Amino acid sequence: MMDAERKADSRQAGVSAAAIAALSAILPRRCLLAAAEERRPYECDGLTAFRQLPDLVLLPETEAQLIAVLKLCHQLKLPVVARGAGTGLSGGATPVAAGVVLSLAKFMTILEIDPLARTARVQPGVRNLAISEAAAPYGLYYAPDPSSQIACTIGGNIAENAGGVHCLKYGLTVHNVIGLRVATMAGEVLEIGGAALDAPGYDLLALLIGSEGMLGVVLEATVKLTPKPLLARVLMASFAEVAQAGRAVAAIIGAGIIPAGLEMMDRAATAAVEAFVHAGYDLEAETILLAESDGTPEEVGDEIEAMRKVLEDSGASEVRVSRDEAERLKFWAGRKAAFPAVGRITPDYICMDGTIPRKHIAAMLTRIQEFSREFGLRCANVFHAGDGNLHPLIMFDASQPGELERATAFGTRILELSVEMGGTITGEHGVGIEKVQQMCAQFSATELELFRGIKSAFDPFALLNPGKVVPTPRRCSEYRLTGSAK
Amino acid sequence: MSDCLGEWCERIREAVARGHQLAIVGGASKDFYGRPWSEACSARLSTLAHSGIVDYEPSELSLTARAGTPLAEIEAALASQGQMLAFEPPHFAGGATLGGAIAAGLSGPRRAAAGAARDFVLGAKIIDGRGQPLAFGGRVMKNVAGYDVSRLLAGSLGTLGLITEVSLKVLPLPAASLSLRLAASQGRALELMNDWAGRALPITASAWEDAGEGGALTLRLAGSRAAVRAAQRELGGETLELEQAGAYWRHLRDQRAPFFDAAPTLWRLSLDSTTPPLDLPGTTLIEWGGALRWLRADADHKTMHAAMMAIGKGAHATLFCASLEARAAGVFQPLGSPLLALHRELKRRFDPAGVLNPGRMYAEF
Ligand SMILES: Cc1cc2nc3c(=O)[nH]c(=O)nc-3n(C[C@H](O)[C@H](O)[C@H](O)COP(=O)(O)OP(=O)(O)OC[C@H]3O[C@@H](n4cnc5c(N)ncnc54)[C@H](O)[C@@H]3O)c2cc1C
Repeated sequence: MMDAERKADSRQAGVSAAAIAALSAILPRRCLLAAAEERRPYECDGLTAFRQLPDLVLLPETEAQLIAVLKLCHQLKLPVVARGAGTGLSGGATPVAAGVVLSLAKFMTILEIDPLARTARVQPGVRNLAISEAAAPYGLYYAPDPSSQIACTIGGNIAENAGGVHCLKYGLTVHNVIGLRVATMAGEVLEIGGAALDAPGYDLLALLIGSEGMLGVVLEATVKLTPKPLLARVLMASFAEVAQAGRAVAAIIGAGIIPAGLEMMDRAATAAVEAFVHAGYDLEAETILLAESDGTPEEVGDEIEAMRKVLEDSGASEVRVSRDEAERLKFWAGRKAAFPAVGRITPDYICMDGTIPRKHIAAMLTRIQEFSREFGLRCANVFHAGDGNLHPLIMFDASQPGELERATAFGTRILELSVEMGGTITGEHGVGIEKVQQMCAQFSATELELFRGIKSAFDPFALLNPGKVVPTPRRCSEYRLTGSAK
Repeated sequence: MSDCLGEWCERIREAVARGHQLAIVGGASKDFYGRPWSEACSARLSTLAHSGIVDYEPSELSLTARAGTPLAEIEAALASQGQMLAFEPPHFAGGATLGGAIAAGLSGPRRAAAGAARDFVLGAKIIDGRGQPLAFGGRVMKNVAGYDVSRLLAGSLGTLGLITEVSLKVLPLPAASLSLRLAASQGRALELMNDWAGRALPITASAWEDAGEGGALTLRLAGSRAAVRAAQRELGGETLELEQAGAYWRHLRDQRAPFFDAAPTLWRLSLDSTTPPLDLPGTTLIEWGGALRWLRADADHKTMHAAMMAIGKGAHATLFCASLEARAAGVFQPLGSPLLALHRELKRRFDPAGVLNPGRMYAEF
């Protein structure tokens, strides 16, 4: 695979005038952003620490245009980075030098809602929440609910295998997408799955979902819709010690309960959130847990009581139950606003995404506190506790020399510890450019070689989102010299 | 145990060197499924020696076991802790192993409600077609580091790698469960099942069969006591005896129900659950709320595949049970040319010399 590296090195600097002319023949003027000030908004995604101004931004309006663009870029060997809403947190949509950004922003149509079959067929630029809104009149919704759901697109969700606060019970994107129409880098269209529950051949949906825009461009998705529960209520429990909260999480699951949501926030996170959205959180508590139950009124009643007992037995100092839908939404609004709330109290932050076995949650939080002192940086913790998925938000000030480097080193320590604890460097945000290096900690050289093989089966010239996710052998040997590679 | 793995790596490397092909077998419960191994597949590689649960922590909702572990052993360990494999994998004649269950990727009656085998795969260890041991995924609930190779293995019929170990997500057993039977024609049953699935009802399995005059729809309700009781009142019908109900779903899962006895040829049709009754010859049994239809008929490949193409939306037909000759002619719905090319490319990345179960899925790879 040294080939791919050499190819990347030999790419000419900048998109040539001839290429621009050829693209202009495919796309109307309004679909092609060439002026620097028009391209600026595309220079990064949610991982703002990394920026690269793209040479050109393309916003095709029809599938035919999009496929023609891909074919041309393939022929010209021009790198392409697909982009949804740009809310990704790992740099998956960060442009690459001398390449084009292919925005799916114009593909915003919900093509079909089939209430009887409980499916929706949508274009890739449709926002996550828009699907649930369109399904609401039928008593249905799209279950995966990332906190960014007002903005992020289904195409981006598919690329990242996005999760949300209700994924323990209702699954991730991979469990809720049943069909895809995908264009390869060569502009060939693949139809995978559809409205059936499985497809002949290899499970390409599993391979494409979570592939971070490196294997194909999603043109259309068929997603499963879930009936809305009759009732949902949420418990909020306060704990004086992190370890108690960690044990409570294991105890709930151990009691045979799969809550509709099970989230944890530490004091730094609740303080930031409370000042921002006034969710009514207990600011005295070291940690709070949110545990949701949904179903029929009888089911919810039984489950809430069962969870309350487990939480109290685990040492909760206070347990509150949402009295009505407005209060339930208020409790969740705080959790869902955690990232922007932290964003208000620090010039910059990076969000980690390690996932660990639940039993290590308390140990991990203790270590994060130690790292925080060691690196001299504040950290707020928000967890998808039910899934063991951590989101430490490391706060720093990029204008202070050395702080970005310290924040990155802090994050790396958390990710390496996640792998050591038997977990992974990323649960739902993806590797992107941010965690390429840490892939060498999680995978052996032969495993990474297979990833490169899979990439080349779809995209032999490595033109689609190059340089993301899978490190080159050279990067890994450098990483290995510094220590923790597998 | 590691001896076993070392030996298998060696056997695969040797097969590559000598141009041999290997037939991977677990409990042999699904030898009937898929295309038959080619004549050139001279040697069988049995996974039975690599057996045992490696790690099981009920509060982590995950279980890791070696490929040769009998499903029955895993299910017993889970049941002792009040948990289960929610995709209800078929055992067929018995002896089914974990490796075989994942390689075949088949799911039982709970599929429409809980998800398929692939939905519960968290991680896997394999030996690829170069004889290299590799590990993907893990034991945690969420993992998006790299491509999701472990889920890709589900249903790959051993053509991508020899699966040596699998980690699965497991779920608590429902607190209560009961089964109902209602009289309904096929068309009416399809309407009812789709309508119910759109409401928050605790239906975890459904089956419609032609029962002489009109047909019978059997439903399994499972979940909290309160929810099951409420649904029982709402849906009506006759409640089955507990034991009778258990046997009914087990026999359906393993295809030991009377429907599966008769004619030798059995087609499996997977399609949009709302598809109306099919105008095809033969007798039908419907599962998964309408999304899975078994057809006992001597229909030929061309007719069945054309019928699925006409339905569209990803409908596809599998020749599930048939004579060796018929299966050799093709089992799965043919892939379109770009998809077939992609499958071959992928196979080449995992198994460049084509030593692992070649032709078991499609003749072309
Ligand atoms: C405040 C905040 C909260 C968040 N909360 C969550 C959360 O709870 N859970 C979670 O999982 N994530 C969360 N995220 C991360 C992010 O929102 C998700 O990763 C989301 O799926 C990205 O969608 P997007 O449309 O913004 O994609 P982008 O950021 O534009 O792109 C992400 C990746 O998808 C690729 N891509 C985009 N469209 C396509 C397409 N049509 N075809 C192929 N590839 C494509 C891109 O190339 C890129 O690699 C959060 C982000 C923020 C800023």
